[in-house]
Amino acid sequence: MEALGYEFMQNAILAGLLAGIACGIVGCLVVVNRIVFLSGGIAHATYGGIGLAIFLGFSPLLGAVGFSVVMALAIGFISLKNKTRADTVVGVLWALGMGFGIIMLDLAPGYNTDVMSYLFGSILAVPRSDIFLILLLNIVIFIVMGLFYKDFLALSYDEEFASLMGVPVKFLYILLMILIALCVVVVIRVVGLILVIALFTISPYISEQYSKSLKSMMLLSVILNCVFTLVGLWLSYILNLTSGATIIMVAGFFFFLSLVFCRFFKKKCKEASTSQG
Amino acid sequence: MQKPVIQLNNVWFSYNDHPVLTNVNLEIAQGDFLAILGPNGGGKTTLVKLILGLLKPDRGTILVFGNPPSHVAKKLGYVPQDTHINRGFPISVIDVTLMGRLGYSGRRWRYSPEDHKIAREALEKVGMLEYRNHPIDHLSGGERQRIFIARALVSQPELLFLDEPTSSVDQEWQTNLYQLLKKLNDTITIVVVSHDISILSSYVKSVACVNRNLYYHDAAEITVESLDKVYHCPVELIAHGLPHRVLKTHKEN
Repeated sequence: MEALGYEFMQNAILAGLLAGIACGIVGCLVVVNRIVFLSGGIAHATYGGIGLAIFLGFSPLLGAVGFSVVMALAIGFISLKNKTRADTVVGVLWALGMGFGIIMLDLAPGYNTDVMSYLFGSILAVPRSDIFLILLLNIVIFIVMGLFYKDFLALSYDEEFASLMGVPVKFLYILLMILIALCVVVVIRVVGLILVIALFTISPYISEQYSKSLKSMMLLSVILNCVFTLVGLWLSYILNLTSGATIIMVAGFFFFLSLVFCRFFKKKCKEASTSQG
Repeated sequence: MQKPVIQLNNVWFSYNDHPVLTNVNLEIAQGDFLAILGPNGGGKTTLVKLILGLLKPDRGTILVFGNPPSHVAKKLGYVPQDTHINRGFPISVIDVTLMGRLGYSGRRWRYSPEDHKIAREALEKVGMLEYRNHPIDHLSGGERQRIFIARALVSQPELLFLDEPTSSVDQEWQTNLYQLLKKLNDTITIVVVSHDISILSSYVKSVACVNRNLYYHDAAEITVESLDKVYHCPVELIAHGLPHRVLKTHKEN
């Protein structure tokens, strides 16, 4: 418990909780809209932005924001245009973004020790300024959800009908892509871009099994994300392990626990885990 | 003669160079009860989606209430086929029904009590009110279809499209459905898509046979034999009270 006295630990906990909230909400939309792969593409392509920023000598975070939003827009418009082919294009951008980032780092002057922290996170090194950034993102997400919750609900359940009812389906889809990109950037510090997908998918997927509405699914996945982050952080501290990876291991453990639970208590959760789509 | 509510002029549509509809012309009058018949893959659903503005034609013009479809979306109700809806999605019956109020609720972040009242009334009409808090995934295909009908009704359409509304419902509800549609037809225009000609109950006022081309028939001239010609394949013949109607053969061009 004496660990709580350190400022870096307080920052880590705060950053972890805020990241968990943001990813819990956006992750639910990612999971119900079946765009996990797209989010993976955005997350990994972001590496290109980090490499470019380090090469050109400006803030990697700034590079990541710019690059990931551009990637999100590209992936968003491509998947709107040709849904069936989008996954291939996403795969291409995914690899290209990462490759580009690494080449940029090769060409950058000096050696960068910081690189691993973008891949696997460095939650214990999160500065106060980053926490304000994550807080800002949470506020943006809450405003967007407040304005468009029922539209997102409609478009996630039945896009065609939503569009007939005058819901700006394309605009909201692109907006969701941008939110994903911003989440990715912000969460890079916490669990790293390789593991962002875990916060996006594990909690929302578990929550979906026990929820009757998108709202309660979002709430439950926020709670789960916070629990996973805190438990993971604590374990990584006492066992001296990489914090980002430990958080994911904790989430993964609960994921399988939930699968087993669903197998034995089918009535408590939906068949979604056993039957297709 | 009244101004037609739907007007299609030389409409062509294809998916990836595969022609689905060729040179379709159609006029539907106010108060009509049109059945769109044809084999699976003949372009029935595509035709409806074109009229709704969900698809754009390659060529030709589509006017609904004298305007492009996207301008009159509020006046259109749509009951889609069940097959494409996101399964496993956590949503209750009442929340699905409320989707029909989206065009009215504007930018408010939640639905108004008025919206809820209209949604409950619509669920009552389709006999599903007691299920309003159930997850929609727990319902049968037929029950889900009734929810989709309620959802279309709450948008208070002047023109209602139903795509295969009887495909998975039981006989008893089917009779109820036709009675409900007949009552609705007093005030609104109805278009029903089906590959099953049992839809040709006495309520249907006209028939469009769609199999890449479209042939339109008035109420007075419907018969099973000539429908068979359009299908070029066996049809389920369970049209009660139908044999008295006679269809003219299509003029081949």
